[in-house]
Amino acid sequence: MGLNTQSAVETLSYAQAAASALAAAMDADPRIVALGEDLGRGGVFGQYTLDGEPLAKRFGPERIIDTPISEANIMGAAVGMALAGLKPVVEMRVIDFALCGMDELVNQAAKNRYMFGGQGRVPLVARMPIGIWTASAAQHSQSLEAWFAHLPGVVVVCPGTPQDNHGLLASALACGDPVVYLEHKELWSLRGEVDRGLDVPLGRARIARAGRDLTLVTWSRGLQESLKAADELAREGIDVEVIDLRTLWPWDRETVLASAARTQHLLVVHEAVQVAGFGAEVAATVAEELGCRVKRLGSPRIPVGYAPTLEAEARVDATRIARTARAWLGR
Amino acid sequence: MAVKEEGAGSMGQGASPADRETRLRALFTTMARIRAFEDAAETASQGGVSAWGLEASGTPARVRGPLHLSTGQEAVATGVCANLRRDDLLTSTHRGHGHTLAKGADMTAMMCELFGRATGTNGGKGGSMHIADFSVGMLGANGVVAAGIPIATGAAHALKLARSDRIVCCFFGDGAINRGPFLEGLNWAQVYQLPVLFVCEDNRIAATTPTRTMTGGDGAAARAAALGLATLAVDGNDVEAVCDAAGDMAAEVRDGAGPRLLHAVTYRFKGHVSVDPGRYRDPAEVERALQDDPLALARRRMDELGLGNEAQWIVDAARAEVDAALAAAESAPFPDPSRAYTDVLDTGAGRWA
Repeated sequence: MGLNTQSAVETLSYAQAAASALAAAMDADPRIVALGEDLGRGGVFGQYTLDGEPLAKRFGPERIIDTPISEANIMGAAVGMALAGLKPVVEMRVIDFALCGMDELVNQAAKNRYMFGGQGRVPLVARMPIGIWTASAAQHSQSLEAWFAHLPGVVVVCPGTPQDNHGLLASALACGDPVVYLEHKELWSLRGEVDRGLDVPLGRARIARAGRDLTLVTWSRGLQESLKAADELAREGIDVEVIDLRTLWPWDRETVLASAARTQHLLVVHEAVQVAGFGAEVAATVAEELGCRVKRLGSPRIPVGYAPTLEAEARVDATRIARTARAWLGR
Repeated sequence: MAVKEEGAGSMGQGASPADRETRLRALFTTMARIRAFEDAAETASQGGVSAWGLEASGTPARVRGPLHLSTGQEAVATGVCANLRRDDLLTSTHRGHGHTLAKGADMTAMMCELFGRATGTNGGKGGSMHIADFSVGMLGANGVVAAGIPIATGAAHALKLARSDRIVCCFFGDGAINRGPFLEGLNWAQVYQLPVLFVCEDNRIAATTPTRTMTGGDGAAARAAALGLATLAVDGNDVEAVCDAAGDMAAEVRDGAGPRLLHAVTYRFKGHVSVDPGRYRDPAEVERALQDDPLALARRRMDELGLGNEAQWIVDAARAEVDAALAAAESAPFPDPSRAYTDVLDTGAGRWA
């Protein structure tokens, strides 16, 4: 069993970190249940498996609920569960499947509290992983976080490290609001140090790397690629500050503005399509507030293709990030 | 009568004539209150929407926006809800005034909500289409057809996990059975054997389209039966029949027998919304339906039982209650604009623009 209440630092995968946070929260709060397809066997990415055992074994099938392939009802049932006193965790496996439950998320979960005048609350956490999943093509590779940042009534979270997938999931489960929790499909096996006692509040960015020349704002897997790019640029004498936004809504404007005020250059990097992406919101805010130079880097507006040569066109990797930064700074 | 009280619910074995009188009196009272409420709301909505070939009038309507009336369908809401306890839960449709009143919501607070006033059930944030009163278990009317079904299954799931003897009643219309959540939700309720009473309130028309022209197979009950649910069909204009059928089914659901589906056939007297004259319908069909007015039927039964005078008093009292609700709504304030920013999120609350 995990040492859930202790502050021991362990090396965990991104998937294990989430399972650990969920198990600790479920131990502490009997109202928390999880529901989705294939959860009984520990989740297809091991995100409901802890210490080699499915969480269903520890918490039973009434709290780790195997469901039919019924995304609309999974999301809608979670709304009903929440209204009747539970705190459901919704597993959608990939965000592409969550699209089958959009009325239930957008019209129901996000609107319930407001349109009924605050009579009820919908404290659910909808896990809907984003990102390109290698060789999985157009319907398993989308990054739709901007849709939900645009949606009043939900919190939007994009963890980029095992530590944050532990801390942010714990915060999401505690916050009482509907949370769109967007893990990344290719980070499940990423390993890193996790301090289970570390509080990672919603809405607070993290300066992942300090720098003087350029503020680079990113999230999710964009963090990993941006850090690689920053190392490459450092060797060329370009000192990049990398900010992991971590929560897209509410986003940490103060941290971003303070950094951009120092560097006077902002580059926003995300794997999502660049057009109308959340990078535009960040860049516009910085330009409005500071008048400094801003630039975005996201995917071209194309579906993700299957062949490696096509898939690569949609990827925003370290090489592309470094090239963009270099060209933009005229180096 | 609103929700289960003494004298309400299924008659069961050994009910006396006096029991029947008591129950009919209560059922007729609820129906009369729904009719009076919706008639008044309809009048207050005239000129409120430019649609259906009409223009919004120069005089602003007091009830603005879409107002979906259940006039003619009162026996379904009344007969079903008579078998629900106050702590049972209910999900509704976009045509939910009757369900809300029958579940026990306060009429004045409801009228205030239709008027968009701060004193409304939802503080003016929802209006008719989102009317709700969580304090009596009424979890909301819904602007999306079939959307209440998954919510009902989830609420029932939570009740079952809590080993509660409360049940969930889920109203939806005949149009809803052509949406995916109907299949997903009924299957879900059956798989987990949840305490849900599904009620297909079949008014035979989906917005402006006759449902039979858009529905394959034999409809709601046949589809539910295919998923393994026990079903019952009832004349949705006969409030006593609805009450008996729903009473039996609600008791089974409460006893843990799993979900049930009641198919109640009725008729929508009005158009899709209050300003829709419904000219697309055959006048003869409408005329026939008016002959089957569930209030007229219940009133004839009261006459037969020698309760004719009482029926008139009930109707008069309902009108007086509505007049008072209208006056209260008229004089109540609109919500302060600052309320536009509350009840959104606790995390990152604020204006952000």
